[in-house]
Amino acid sequence: MIAIVDYRAGNLASVERALRHLGYECRVTSDPYEITYSERIIFPGVGAAGKAVNDLKELGLDRVLKEQFESGKPILGICLGAQIILERSEENESACLGLIPGEVKRFRQPLYGPDAERCKIPHMGWNLLKLARPHHVFKNLSPEDEFYFVHSYYPVPEKAQHIFGFSDHGISFPAAIGSNNLIAVQFHPEKSGRPGLRLLDNFCTWDGRLPFSEI
Amino acid sequence: MLSKRIIPCLDVRDGKTTKGIRFKDNIDIGDPVEMAKSYYEQGADEIVFYDITASNERREIMIEVVRKVAEQIFIPFSVGGGIRSVSDMRAVLLAGAEKVSINSAAIRNPDLIAQGASAFGSQCIVLGMDVKRVESDERIPSGYEMVIDGGRTRTGLDALAWARKAEYLGAGEICLNSIDADGTQKGYEITLTALISDNVNIPVIASGGAGSTEDMYAVLTKGRADAALVASLVHYGSVTIGDIKEELHMRGVKVRRNW
Repeated sequence: MIAIVDYRAGNLASVERALRHLGYECRVTSDPYEITYSERIIFPGVGAAGKAVNDLKELGLDRVLKEQFESGKPILGICLGAQIILERSEENESACLGLIPGEVKRFRQPLYGPDAERCKIPHMGWNLLKLARPHHVFKNLSPEDEFYFVHSYYPVPEKAQHIFGFSDHGISFPAAIGSNNLIAVQFHPEKSGRPGLRLLDNFCTWDGRLPFSEI
Repeated sequence: MLSKRIIPCLDVRDGKTTKGIRFKDNIDIGDPVEMAKSYYEQGADEIVFYDITASNERREIMIEVVRKVAEQIFIPFSVGGGIRSVSDMRAVLLAGAEKVSINSAAIRNPDLIAQGASAFGSQCIVLGMDVKRVESDERIPSGYEMVIDGGRTRTGLDALAWARKAEYLGAGEICLNSIDADGTQKGYEITLTALISDNVNIPVIASGGAGSTEDMYAVLTKGRADAALVASLVHYGSVTIGDIKEELHMRGVKVRRNW
């Protein structure tokens, strides 16, 4: 069973529907027991970092996530779940979970794209992902595949080894980050059509290990 | 760099897709769930449903449509029409929509934008704007006025001022519909679209008037729209979303081509 962590951070049903569509059993849950005994964990979320971290603490899930990260179980962070795994966020100046060293930054304005067109914030819509290193979850994806983003902040891991892919929105920013059994994407695979479903499917078959060359 | 989004729009009445010209003479053209699925497979970047069901008792039908659509398409979709309160928004979002679009209700009660943004996040709140070209005066300096009730009622609100106010209140996106161009298939209102898009920081979806890929090219380049809504052009099968994207790509517009 796949646990989709529910910490009052937005609509999690779309992740659940996508997994069911792919034929996986999953449950939206905030029960520490259920999360601990799941096979894998999806950590989604939309909203503000400060509130999210507080809610996680209130539900006792900050500790559960840390334990599960250390246990080696495959974990997929999505959107806000790719941000609050870092140490701190500029959003509400909040301390975060610190599973990966680094911080979350806000897009500075004004930003301009390659043709001098203005890049609006939030970064909302479809964009490419440029892989920095291979990962099981990106198997069988094409460089031309695009993913659906909606965000005003982006994750900045301290170490290059924790960055798996970049996207461009006026600047190049980390859009896929990870460490050991944790992989996290800033975009919404559950809303990214076929490539997104493929990524979710790949996650569901991942053993939580990185290729030897990437450790 | 973001791709320009191509968004089919389905007007839904009593659970059926309809299409009218300038909000009149609607005719049924199909099942919204099947149409949404077909557009998803053709490469639509997002889908917009506009519920034009008149009576409140039948709104449950729309919620059921949303639920079925959410099970079959894995791209964002929004629902507008008849959303007057935070609880209306919640019902649609819980059924599986990504975003809700509010229009007349936001003009009557601008605080609804702020309430929605704080309850669900700005990314969920699309401001629908129905705009009519008028003589410019002190009251309407931009020469574009907000209208409601499907274009029948003028509001005395300047469209540009309203767009900026809505952004400030927390709208995450604007869906800008020209009443003059809507349903005519004679092209989008380029001047209006560029005016609004240049003066807000949130994405602008151009709506009303798409009659050819040329029109879409114009609004996405000269009109500086972030996305373009299409209805008649794709509903009657003269072109597919894929055809539109291929032509836009050939002309140098970045669009999503893998789906």
